[in-house]
Amino acid sequence: MSPPYWRYARPVPSALTVRGLAKRYGSVRALKGVDLDVAEGELVGLLGPNGAGKSTLVKIAAGLVRPTGGEAQVAGSRAGSRAARASLGYLAELFRFPGWYTADEVLELHQRLAGSHGGAAERGRLLELVALSEAASRRVDGMSKGMQQRLGIAQALVGEPRLLLLDEPTSALDPVGRRTVRVLLEELRGRGVSVLLNSHLLSEIELVCDRVVILLGGEVVAAGTPHELSRPRGVELETDEGVRLVEGATREDVPRLVADAVAAGRRIFGVRVLTSTLEDTYLEAVGGETD
Amino acid sequence: MSSVGVIVQYAMREAVRRKVFAVVVLLTGVFLILFWLANHFVHGQLATITPPRDVHVDTRTFAGAFLLGLAMFATLFLGVVLAVFLTLGVVSGDAERGLLQPLVVRPIGRSTLLLSRFLGAAGVCVVYVLVVYFVSLGIIRLTLHWRPAQIVWPGVELAGGVVIVIALSLLGSVVLSSTANGIAIFMLFGAGLVAGLLGSIGHALNSHQIKHAATIASWALPFEALYQDGLRMITERTSGLTGFLLQLGPFGGAYVHGWPIRVWAFGYLLVVGAVALYGFSRRDL
Repeated sequence: MSPPYWRYARPVPSALTVRGLAKRYGSVRALKGVDLDVAEGELVGLLGPNGAGKSTLVKIAAGLVRPTGGEAQVAGSRAGSRAARASLGYLAELFRFPGWYTADEVLELHQRLAGSHGGAAERGRLLELVALSEAASRRVDGMSKGMQQRLGIAQALVGEPRLLLLDEPTSALDPVGRRTVRVLLEELRGRGVSVLLNSHLLSEIELVCDRVVILLGGEVVAAGTPHELSRPRGVELETDEGVRLVEGATREDVPRLVADAVAAGRRIFGVRVLTSTLEDTYLEAVGGETD
Repeated sequence: MSSVGVIVQYAMREAVRRKVFAVVVLLTGVFLILFWLANHFVHGQLATITPPRDVHVDTRTFAGAFLLGLAMFATLFLGVVLAVFLTLGVVSGDAERGLLQPLVVRPIGRSTLLLSRFLGAAGVCVVYVLVVYFVSLGIIRLTLHWRPAQIVWPGVELAGGVVIVIALSLLGSVVLSSTANGIAIFMLFGAGLVAGLLGSIGHALNSHQIKHAATIASWALPFEALYQDGLRMITERTSGLTGFLLQLGPFGGAYVHGWPIRVWAFGYLLVVGAVALYGFSRRDL
């Protein structure tokens, strides 16, 4: 009789596990012991001002930078190892492809390096995904920056990686291109691909991410779902006496507040439950710090 | 195709697409035409050269060996130009431009990547050096009707010298920016040439100190020693006053030569390669 299946079942490792991660560049401490998890199929947004350590964190996960402390694992393998690199797709903040390659050739090169057997079908699918089907035979040096950025995203998706590391993927895109990427990210989440998205665009993060991590000075200063990070700011009542803000009140307090106002002879024209936006939370977390 | 094959193909394709390749090919064409003209006119003058009656100089051998030495120097120089410009930015330069990162994150390994880039550049440069060397040799054979003592080995050693320069340039690209690396490698190349000339002067003057300095430089920069050994081999059967006069000239031949320097050059290549691979494996990108 064979033993029950759970005797052999092992938990599926997180797509990305980071523990006590530290990085020092000379006297500068870029990361000071960061803990972070990206679960299977989860889309995590990384926020923070310039110099907060976001790109360093992503580069360590991609195996481009060696940590000076702590550890990072991709799909259960040490970041930077061959197994870890085989599990991820990466789009660098600053990247370039050789200008004489066509879009199709770029993807073919990366298919060969990634050991993907997807062939022309995979390349066609990826180009379609990033709205570059018409540009398959166009050379890179004849593409706009936005097209190259979308080609970079397609390149990162070669070989169906378990974890996608995107460092500022929409920085060079126009609003239509950003929307394309947003739709793409939602589709990837639907397929169970884990994504760590480093972006300055708060609205983008808020729209697509399951969780948000805010870094400041190499440390995590806030983390949670966009909903968790949005705190109640009160309830605004618009009456015949004008607009009144009841601070600290929540959605649950609305019936009582309306009843009290009506009992006091007020006429109610409108009620609004106020919550802080991710932008408010972000600015509060980083103390208004920018560059 | 293996990862090595993919990157070698990538590197070769990049090499032949770069403008420096076109410039070097153009300059080589100009050089070979001028070289053919020089040989043609020298051949016309050979019959009119009459050394003093008591001096026995084989003018055809002297002219042929001198011109082939000149061609070997030009081949080495152009080969080094090609090698340096193809490799000076392979790590730092490509990382700064963002070309390297998409490749490094693929599961091929940094050592495979660097080794493949080396093989790609070496493939292009070795073919280039051998083609120019044998075309020069053919021009001399057709115009002056002279052939060197050794035909294949001098070309192989020239190509070996360029391969060492490629390894040094790749090592430099791990730690230096493209510009700094290019300057450093050309300065090393210049130092090697000066050391070679120093050796010739030292032997002409029979100065022990100068010969010693040149010998140390040959072991420290074996690409120069290989070039000098190649020069030595083209006239190794030339003796008497003709051989003596050739040795006095700038293409006179080596004083550190033979299998010891070849074995040393191979070991040097391995050590430089190993240091480059170690440096690249620890470099943040």
